[in-house]
Amino acid sequence: MNRKDVLDLDDFTPDEISLVLETADAMKEVLSRPIRKVPPLRGKTVVILFYEASTRTRVSFELAAKNLSADVVNISASTSSVTKGESLVDTIRTLQALGADIMVIRHSQSGAPYLVAQHLAGSVINAGDGWHAHPTQALLDMYTVREKLGSISGLKVTIVGDILHSRVARSNIWGFTKMGARVTLCGPPTLLPVMGRNGGSGEIPEVDVEYDIRKALADADVVMGLRIQKERQEGGLLPSLREYVQLFQLTADRIALAKPGALVMHPGPMNEGIEIAPDVAYCTQSVIEEQVANGVAVRMALLYLLAGHRGGRV
Amino acid sequence: MGKQILTEVDVRRALVRVAHEIIERNHGVQDVVLVGLRTRGVPLARRLAHLLADLETTTVPLGELDITLYRDDLDVHSLQPVVRLTDIPVSLTGKKVILVDDVLYTGRSVRAALDALMDFGRPQSIQLAVLIDRGHRELPIRPDFVGKNVPTSRDEDVRVHLTEIDGCDEVVITKPDEEV
Repeated sequence: MNRKDVLDLDDFTPDEISLVLETADAMKEVLSRPIRKVPPLRGKTVVILFYEASTRTRVSFELAAKNLSADVVNISASTSSVTKGESLVDTIRTLQALGADIMVIRHSQSGAPYLVAQHLAGSVINAGDGWHAHPTQALLDMYTVREKLGSISGLKVTIVGDILHSRVARSNIWGFTKMGARVTLCGPPTLLPVMGRNGGSGEIPEVDVEYDIRKALADADVVMGLRIQKERQEGGLLPSLREYVQLFQLTADRIALAKPGALVMHPGPMNEGIEIAPDVAYCTQSVIEEQVANGVAVRMALLYLLAGHRGGRV
Repeated sequence: MGKQILTEVDVRRALVRVAHEIIERNHGVQDVVLVGLRTRGVPLARRLAHLLADLETTTVPLGELDITLYRDDLDVHSLQPVVRLTDIPVSLTGKKVILVDDVLYTGRSVRAALDALMDFGRPQSIQLAVLIDRGHRELPIRPDFVGKNVPTSRDEDVRVHLTEIDGCDEVVITKPDEEV
């Protein structure tokens, strides 16, 4: 893979996405071995720097790097010198001087990883920036769909929830449309971005927008729920969580409108009882736990592919 | 076009002889596991498994090993080699593993394969079967079973063609300015 960084999927070609998914197959096999470790990143330092809270993504990246024999440093900003006012760029420069070869960064400001990538000679992986992008989540979502349904092209993928504030939705829109699927967005109009409502234009991928959950889910191959934050209600974007639940919650009878065997997905963490009913979260069609497991394999694939870039001195 | 040094018949005879040697050296095929190195080691291992099954009326387990993640030259390649699947269907602990590859050259692929195999258990022994040994070892690695020894110079290229992958069985030597 001929790139220094993974910041979003908007500049990935379908071939690059396929390469990541195929490499993730091999990494998944490594995870099934008695010794789940291989040596390609031996002697490399991977620094994981999170300015926002996370369980899955942080641990997933740490395990992925360790499985490739890298040395891992896991930093959360709240316990670093960021609390003394150290800037992002200074933090990056310090970590580079300490020997960071690859940085994995999550930040609440959209675009922060792009700034990091400019200042770091090594590779940068965006683990989520503001509302903007979460490319590794989209890749593991696509990997899960491909594993379960065989291929992505031609599928109907419906994403339900707070699309406006969702970096997961944005990266999934890029990824799934590049691989030939059709994405439908569904949610309250206050939580759907303007672009989505007007359809695709120019370079932005074309998506369908549907405010009626029953139409949005009809014949869907994949149903993806997004977390509804309680703060949205306080900010006036939702009249009440109860109304959201009544109109948009993923319930068993709504899921039944999708194709038989359709996948139920969620990036986690879930608010069971709000965007998704508990029985749906744990039903046989739910692949939510597999998404998490696949995340390690996909992140291993990315780290391996990036380390080989430009004489990565592995 | 290169020079053909083994014909289809030569390849078959070499494999039959290697199969006999494996049985002789190991006093049968008890606890023997064949592991083919991707890519062309895999069909060779499969053919050996069939030959062993015919001769000893026993099924010998067959594995496929991709060594890309264990290579020592990952930073040298401008084009990154694609990682393919490894499939080792049995535990290797206590087994006599026979690694199978098409060409033995510097020995670095075998070194990578040994590192990989050690992560799958503790074999009783690891033996090496190759169709062609072309010399120029850079590591202290030696084959146990050889189809044919072919002295080469470093600028030559030895290509094994197998029906399963290339449509025909043969071994060809080419010089750098020739095309295959």
